[in-house]
Amino acid sequence: MRLSVFDIDNWQEIFSSLKKNKVRTFFTSFGVFWGIFMLVVMMGSGNGLKNGVMDDFGDFATNSFFMWTQQTSMAYKGFNRGRRFNFRNSDIQYVKDNVPEIGLLAPRLQAGGYRGASNVVRGKETGAFNIYGDMPEFFQINPYTIINGRLINSNDVKDVRKVCVIGSSVKDILFKPDEDPLGDYIRIQGVYFKVIGVVKSRKKGGEAERDENSIFLPFTTMQKTFNYGDIVMWFAVTSQDDIPASVAEEKMIKVLKTKHKINPKDDRAIGHFNVEKEFNKMTGLFSGISWLIWVVGAGTLLAGAIGVSNIMLIIVKERTKEIGVKRALGATPMEVVVQIILESVFLTALAGIIGLTIGVAVLTGINYLMVSNNVQLDMFLHPEIDFKTALSALIILIFSGAFAGMIPAYRAIKIKPVEALRDE
Amino acid sequence: MLHMIKLENIHKSYRIGKSGSLHVLKGIDLNVREGELVSIMGSSGSGKSTLLNILGILDNYDKGAYYLNGKLMANLSERKAAFYRNHTLGFVFQSFNLISFKNAMENVALPLYYQKVSRRKRNKLAMEYLDKMGLKEWATHLPSELSGGQKQRLAIARALISKPKVILADEPTGALDSKTSQEVMDLLKEINAGGITMIVVTHEHDIAEQTNRIIHLKDGIVENDVNDSEQKKKVFESLIAEEI
Repeated sequence: MRLSVFDIDNWQEIFSSLKKNKVRTFFTSFGVFWGIFMLVVMMGSGNGLKNGVMDDFGDFATNSFFMWTQQTSMAYKGFNRGRRFNFRNSDIQYVKDNVPEIGLLAPRLQAGGYRGASNVVRGKETGAFNIYGDMPEFFQINPYTIINGRLINSNDVKDVRKVCVIGSSVKDILFKPDEDPLGDYIRIQGVYFKVIGVVKSRKKGGEAERDENSIFLPFTTMQKTFNYGDIVMWFAVTSQDDIPASVAEEKMIKVLKTKHKINPKDDRAIGHFNVEKEFNKMTGLFSGISWLIWVVGAGTLLAGAIGVSNIMLIIVKERTKEIGVKRALGATPMEVVVQIILESVFLTALAGIIGLTIGVAVLTGINYLMVSNNVQLDMFLHPEIDFKTALSALIILIFSGAFAGMIPAYRAIKIKPVEALRDE
Repeated sequence: MLHMIKLENIHKSYRIGKSGSLHVLKGIDLNVREGELVSIMGSSGSGKSTLLNILGILDNYDKGAYYLNGKLMANLSERKAAFYRNHTLGFVFQSFNLISFKNAMENVALPLYYQKVSRRKRNKLAMEYLDKMGLKEWATHLPSELSGGQKQRLAIARALISKPKVILADEPTGALDSKTSQEVMDLLKEINAGGITMIVVTHEHDIAEQTNRIIHLKDGIVENDVNDSEQKKKVFESLIAEEI
């Protein structure tokens, strides 16, 4: 069989029949063009929304969860219900020993609040900030960008140093713009601490604002200085890389319930929040949006393909005589079919590639404008489509072109040469 | 001598509406030897077009047998039919049936395209045939730029290029003035003299007169099959009578 795609006569016929009806060809291809264009722009916008929302998470470990104590709701082993209890320093090693599914374990303490009463002073400046007691592990779970200095390290914790890391907003409030805060002291709830680092959040919006109005002390320093004894307020935890957070979470709750003599059925005693679950919900939402876009886009594309099919039917009807002549001169039905399908695929593919190109150009343009004008939107970032999506759109196009040619081609070979040649 | 065309009791009906049918050919027996120049005449409705379509394997028949060059043409697949049309037959039509967007050379070369002849080779051959028809300098022109006589000569070149055994001409001079008609007829006679069997469907007496043999169809059967001028005259007279 001849390689019809590379046959110059086939292409000559395709061009001449499309050229004969420029307006019709244009409007037909416009259907396909619009379908693929809309698909690309919608996919890109969907991705932009996804990127925007995902960016709000910053680099927060998505396999993380938090755990804190509440009141028991069941009597157990001689204890009444309604008992209050605390996590203790001894729980840290106990959990590490008994829950191998855990990756990082960061006990935390908190005092004050950036929306509360002033609790920090430096010279004449005062401010209200969140005060946290943290282990170095915490900065791996919720990473910050270091502007100046360094983070809390294990020596700070071991030696109970009176040092602190401050958020960028804290620096802006307590220090003048030209002042270097490193090595300077600030008074937190009446106690002086040396500033060793300034950090910035990687998140956006309210989350970022809270992070940047925070001061981080070594965990041990905070316990000792402000009389927390050996209390741990809550744990920030991640699971091992290949283990779902929920598995590690469940195991850790079980272990802590045993240690603190809590009824295994008591679900209220330990509070917990799973970031992974929230993250998965979000991911689910975006794959839902993505599916919807594909369905709508494919529908538009299908409408375009049906348009092409319609036009091909008219073309076949118009060229009945020509097809008849070719059949009389020795064209086989197969050769007629190949011709028509090739024409249809060419029309859809050409229109589709133009649509794809312009769609990508529009997305790139929007992205360029956003970046160059420094537009910051909470919900929109880097609209784009990946190569795989573009490729699958192209494959769908070629198939829909062939599909669009099928019915007209079938109609064409049904025409008997004798009918085609009839003069009137 | 070999019979190039042999028809035995050919019947053909067309279905009309849901139940009706029109019996067009009612048992045609006909032999045409190799190299003959034959005209088929008959008033409208006599079945001459249907007969030509069956001869050209453009239509199938209901009953009987059709041998072309000794081979039975029955139950052919579309592929086979296309093969025989391409290799054994050449067509010349009243309305030329040239492909409007192909130039003269490409039109002539088209049958060879379906024989999978390479582009260079078939265009070279097409130029030779155009030269024979005196159309060499029109090779790159579109059919719309040619006169009626030129178009028909182009169509004849196209019919000849695949070196057919039989040429079937359906009213080849029907769209031409009398001078051009005669030129085309001279050309057909010349081709016939080269040994190609020629069957011409016509209603023009002066065209039929120039053929060796006239087959007169009437109501789907062969009414007369004549070859001398005396008998030809009788056929013409009866045809005139039929028209009235």
